[in-house]
Amino acid sequence: MTRDVPPLDSSRNVANTSRHEIQSVPGEALISLHDVHVGFEDREVLQGISFDVAHGETKVLLGETGTGKTLIMKLAAGLIQPDSGRVLVMGHDVSEMPEKELLHFRRSIGFVFQEGALFDSMTVSDNVSFRLREEAMDETEIEERVREALRFVEMEHALEKFPADLSGGMRRRVSIARALVDRPPVVLYDSPTAGLDPVTSQTIITLILRGRDLQDVTALLATHRVQDAFGLANFRFDKASGHVVALAGNGKSGLAQSLAEREEAADGGRERNPTQPTNVLVLRDGKIYFEAPADELLGTKDEYLKKFLASAE
Amino acid sequence: MLDSDVGKSDASRFRLGTLRIGTALAPKIFRGCLLDAARISRYAFVDSAQAAHSARHASPNMPEASATSSLTAVLGDVLKRQVAAVQDYTLLTVQAMRCMFSPPYYWLDTLEQMDIVGVGSLPIIIVAGLSIGGVLVLQTAAQFQRFGETALTGDAVSLALVRELGPAVTALLVSGRNASGMASELGSMVVTEQVDAMRALGTDPIRKLMMPRVIATVLMVPLLTVVFDFVGLCGGFLVAYSTLRLGAVQFWTRAINSLDIGDVVQGLTKPVVFGLIIATVGCYCGLRVRGGTQGVGRATTTAVVISSVCALVADFFLSRLLLYLFQ
Repeated sequence: MTRDVPPLDSSRNVANTSRHEIQSVPGEALISLHDVHVGFEDREVLQGISFDVAHGETKVLLGETGTGKTLIMKLAAGLIQPDSGRVLVMGHDVSEMPEKELLHFRRSIGFVFQEGALFDSMTVSDNVSFRLREEAMDETEIEERVREALRFVEMEHALEKFPADLSGGMRRRVSIARALVDRPPVVLYDSPTAGLDPVTSQTIITLILRGRDLQDVTALLATHRVQDAFGLANFRFDKASGHVVALAGNGKSGLAQSLAEREEAADGGRERNPTQPTNVLVLRDGKIYFEAPADELLGTKDEYLKKFLASAE
Repeated sequence: MLDSDVGKSDASRFRLGTLRIGTALAPKIFRGCLLDAARISRYAFVDSAQAAHSARHASPNMPEASATSSLTAVLGDVLKRQVAAVQDYTLLTVQAMRCMFSPPYYWLDTLEQMDIVGVGSLPIIIVAGLSIGGVLVLQTAAQFQRFGETALTGDAVSLALVRELGPAVTALLVSGRNASGMASELGSMVVTEQVDAMRALGTDPIRKLMMPRVIATVLMVPLLTVVFDFVGLCGGFLVAYSTLRLGAVQFWTRAINSLDIGDVVQGLTKPVVFGLIIATVGCYCGLRVRGGTQGVGRATTTAVVISSVCALVADFFLSRLLLYLFQ
């Protein structure tokens, strides 16, 4: 999964310039769900979901379609409210917060929607600059930030294009740029690779890796592709070389390596990134079925999880 | 049958029975409405924590209503949905009104909407105005000719247009063109998650999307009505000149002199209310779309039908009120 990427302007490292106050210290939870229940009509989709996402952690929500992954993402952003339970983000209880406060609070969170959700009447540039204009930022600064964000996702050439002129993968990349342009400490990725071909999916995961490793982003990622989880768990973005490199460093690519060395990995033989852990949380029938570091998923004896893994081989 | 019903006619027993059923079901239906409204407002842009709490405790009670006979259950459901929709619409409109009194304001979006609603509707307003003014003269001239009072044509056309036809027809045209446009545009944004994306980016969709449309429509409908009235009078004059040989001075003098301040106030007050109804119904239908693209289609139709009917109903009550005030 090694990929050439354009060099970053180190003087504008986003990690060092985040404007948002994070009411948490490394290791403490930035996102916490406590016994969250959400139902629609007669069906309870989430039945007592509880988990934490620590500062700097990437939590991958894995599950089949309809298990409530998107719902959790929207709960974390305060876009919907739980029937019961608490949702804490950066120390704020978003399940109790009024919409007026939530609107302001959401500016500290990046959200990448499943289909991109770009504003189709606006150009790529206007989409990415939307939040900055809302904050009445100086136009020169806006242009600089928009170009930087689009350069980050390698879409600088599409500044004046409309979303309808872009492919599905390009729309997701612009959506990532829009989520990251304001340098939020927390980013929620709702199935960012859904419906994309494997190559484009890999590009998207690379961008998420870059966001995590260069911008120190705490992320919650919903996906039904187990490959995305292993991509995030087994690779890191090397700032010096500007490449994505495997943590184990044996040259094999992503999932193939992971599956081949399933037993080894389960024994703890793989190098783990101590500062940016990636944990997997599997949802099933509205409940948490499995929660552990991605490596432990590889060593599972559970039949349901094995089916999940087999689908990726 | 109760003992107290003995000796009463079948008709009165039926009325009493209906009344008792209604009395028994009313609290359940009302409670159901509130619960449904609570569910709806989980997705609303108003504070929803309390609504979610109500919805959580609502579920066990719901089968209670459906345990009654199927007909009453169906009627109850329909009634509940309608009451909940009215409640939801009222909340959204009140919230939109409140937004007018605090920043941020989106003036550029408002100007853009004024262009869409106002300038965009001009061609149909002009064509419709000319036609209706002409038709009015054709229809009234025959009657006036019988009494030899063709000079009154100007009065009739002027009063009919300024008091009633101008505001009502303009409202119907703007509703057909713009309420549908608002519902489909906002509805498409809802189904493609653009409205959620806007909220996720920290922007209030009511301020950004609804307010500019409401302000623009409220400002533009009265102006369009003035244009409609003037063009209608021009159309009337052209037809009066060509068919009745009525002179320009005679027609315009009578047309203008027949109007008093009450007529003008009436003719300009109604469009403000109509504009508010058209924009808020259009936005409400769009922002509450469910069911994907099919839902957008339904919302578009509903927006036109409801805003047109509401405008006409409001027209009746406004006419009554304004006639009372100015006569």
